[in-house]
Amino acid sequence: MNANSIPAPEVSQTSVEAAGLAERISIADLGFYYGESQALRDITLPLYANAVTAFVGPSGCGKSTLLRVLNRMYDLYPGQRATGEVTFDGQNILSPDQDVNLLRSRIGMVFQKPTPFPMSIFENIAFGIRLYERLPRSELDARVEIALRRAALWDEVKDKLQTNGLSLSGGQQQRLCIARTVALRPSVILLDEPCSALDPISTARIEELIDEFKADYTIVIVTHNMQQAARVSDFTAFMYLGELVEFDSTGRMFTSPRDERTQNYITGRFG
Amino acid sequence: MVMEKLYARRRRRNGIAVALAIAATLVGLGWLALILGTLLWEGVSGLSLRVFTEMTPPPGSDGGLLNAIMGSLTMTLIGVLIGTPIGILAGTFMAEYGRYEKLTGVVRFINDILLSAPSIVIGLFVYEIMVYPMGHFSGWAGAVALALLVIPVVVRTTEDMLLLVPNPLREAATAIGLPRAYVIRHVCYPAARAGMLTGVLLAVARISGETAPLLFTALNNQFWSSNLNAPMASLPTVIFQFALSPYEEWQQLAWTGALIITFAVLALSIGARALAASRKMS
Amino acid sequence: MIHAAVHDEPEVHSRMAVLGRLRASDTVFRILTRAAAIAVLVILGAVILALVEGSLPALRAFGFGFLYHEQWNPVTERFGALAPIYGTIVTSLIAILIAVPVGVMIALFLTELCPMWLRRPIGIAIELLAGIPSIIYGIWGLFVFAPFLQQTVQPLLIDSLEPVPVLSTLFAGPPYGIGVLTAGLILAIMVLPFITSISRDVFDTVPPVLKEAAYGVGCTTWEVFRHVVLPYTRVGVIGGIMLGLGRALGETMAVTFVIGNAHRISGSILAPGTTISATIANEFTEAVGDLYTSSLIALGLILFVITFLVLAAARYLLARIERKVA
Repeated sequence: MNANSIPAPEVSQTSVEAAGLAERISIADLGFYYGESQALRDITLPLYANAVTAFVGPSGCGKSTLLRVLNRMYDLYPGQRATGEVTFDGQNILSPDQDVNLLRSRIGMVFQKPTPFPMSIFENIAFGIRLYERLPRSELDARVEIALRRAALWDEVKDKLQTNGLSLSGGQQQRLCIARTVALRPSVILLDEPCSALDPISTARIEELIDEFKADYTIVIVTHNMQQAARVSDFTAFMYLGELVEFDSTGRMFTSPRDERTQNYITGRFG
Repeated sequence: MVMEKLYARRRRRNGIAVALAIAATLVGLGWLALILGTLLWEGVSGLSLRVFTEMTPPPGSDGGLLNAIMGSLTMTLIGVLIGTPIGILAGTFMAEYGRYEKLTGVVRFINDILLSAPSIVIGLFVYEIMVYPMGHFSGWAGAVALALLVIPVVVRTTEDMLLLVPNPLREAATAIGLPRAYVIRHVCYPAARAGMLTGVLLAVARISGETAPLLFTALNNQFWSSNLNAPMASLPTVIFQFALSPYEEWQQLAWTGALIITFAVLALSIGARALAASRKMS
Repeated sequence: MIHAAVHDEPEVHSRMAVLGRLRASDTVFRILTRAAAIAVLVILGAVILALVEGSLPALRAFGFGFLYHEQWNPVTERFGALAPIYGTIVTSLIAILIAVPVGVMIALFLTELCPMWLRRPIGIAIELLAGIPSIIYGIWGLFVFAPFLQQTVQPLLIDSLEPVPVLSTLFAGPPYGIGVLTAGLILAIMVLPFITSISRDVFDTVPPVLKEAAYGVGCTTWEVFRHVVLPYTRVGVIGGIMLGLGRALGETMAVTFVIGNAHRISGSILAPGTTISATIANEFTEAVGDLYTSSLIALGLILFVITFLVLAAARYLLARIERKVA
């Protein structure tokens, strides 16, 4: 199929669910390039505050790439560049004068594989806090505890805070990474297939966390698991071959998709 | 019939090759074992406490190797202290900041050449830039020559070990807003620590047996000296001088010194290897 | 409120201030690492410059003749590099001619024939041996190997080869013990672990399916090695040989003890000779007069140029096989 034959994405502007929600991030006409090859084209999409937005689509559709634009992670690699506009807090974060470190401290990210730092459980969390704030020891301890409690990990690790983060199980490690992210009090949390390396029980716990976090943060999750998208998200963006095919409330997307490709994908006919 | 004859010939040929391979292994390893055996035999007979407590003797009398051992330790230590930071910084540039730059490829190529360049040339170089302008041989010059041999070893292992640190770990550290220097120092270095330390140990092993670069930088010193601005004794140069002398006491001390160096180098290499293995386990 | 998101202006500003400081230290660190990387290049450049500068007096006095004159006379201050160059090349060639077949056969044993449980110990032993300082080989050569050759092997060689035309010159007496052949043999033992361990590493890069396919059609071990492994890894093996050659050319201590330090070119490889590194090691501290010192530095320059070319070729070839694997 020729990529150019894909019609413009259909975004439901009158979405009832969106009515009461503020746009935390607005993506407009976003394009993305790996060297010469274009990976994303003409993405326009709102990300609402205090809601969970899921990016879904077959592998290679650009959903992870889109997520990595939101905290400028692509800056690490040469030859990768984005065009268009992504507005966060009134600023275009793609502009060269954007303070990327500040941006990343306010837009946290959790990765596919758990990535605890090679240091103790306590340090994994305290490290980031200490970077930005000078706190007395007691207050730092309190902040670490709060972060671990938020990630529902406190009870499991409170007696071994000084052991290496790598000694935890996979699911615990992932919750440690989530605690590390919330400890910096971000306003947006990006989750890149956070459960794909985990067992079903660990997955369920993380999905619960996502649901709780909605009250405080804007959440964006990339997932290849359609059931997960249906369970945790309020809005779903379906992407295909680097384009946004459809964006709508999750309920409507799964019950009455407007695009044939969306329908084929969610019913499992491809991808 | 023809097939069978052909097959027999092929089998015979294979048999010869296999026999040759086994013979090569036996001869090669046996020969090396012979050298170590001789060293042990000759060296142990001269090993006594005075080797470690007395100075190198004048011809024809007994003595020890204390000044040579101390000189070697001093210059090796200073050489490592100078060479390691430069090597680690350069390796860091190649694996982190400059990973995708052309400069990195050039530095890697040149570094690999320095890694196996003749060490005597390094000795000549340091003579030209230090000994000649200063007008005298010195422990400093010896230490600098050794540092120049440390750098390529440490550059190579630092780059290799940092390249083994998975990119997602870098991204995770970057994702909490850390500038690259903090990602490197607080996340990449701890993750690669065992491997980088292995490199430093290997570098120490390499320079502790080096003779050629010390011959005309630190020269030698028959007496105790901790003055780095004066000529300084070292085990390898003492071995060189004593072994080629006609005096039996000196020759015996040369064997004993050779044994000490070999043990030190083997211990360092085994330690480095064990460290590298422990990293893989964790 | 403590875990809510950061939205308020003051907190964002304090973070910006902190990050500004961190970024300044990042810049410093980046510049430091780049400077260190460039320092590696500067070292090489400085080595070349210092050697060229040091050898200018000799090169001015003797010109290109320095390369092909045999005479080396400190008294009349006439210096030519031919004898050391010849000795360097001949000893290295002897070393490579012996160490390559033996090393490659050991690698064959290690990769194809050796029982699994023995592979690691032998492999580790070989790598440890590669790290033994060269002065150990030198002292063993002087006290054990040279006398042994003098008493047994060399008289036998001289006597039995006497009637053979060319070989009688190559192995002409008397048996000194020390000499070009002895130095070559010691060098061979020294580079053997290098060649073995590199050959083993490149043999290990052969995809198992290739070997399995060959075994599958009934090839013997030798045939698989000869027709699959060797052709596949040829470039890498040659790279490993060049690396070993680079070591042998520049090796000082193992040779200095047993070469005999005679500045002449003899038809017999049993006769004493000298190499570039042995000449420098023996004479540098005793050299009087600028021209003598300069001539020795010029020798060092020649050695550096030769090894640079050999090592560069080795690295190029080894990089090619690495790319093949990737």
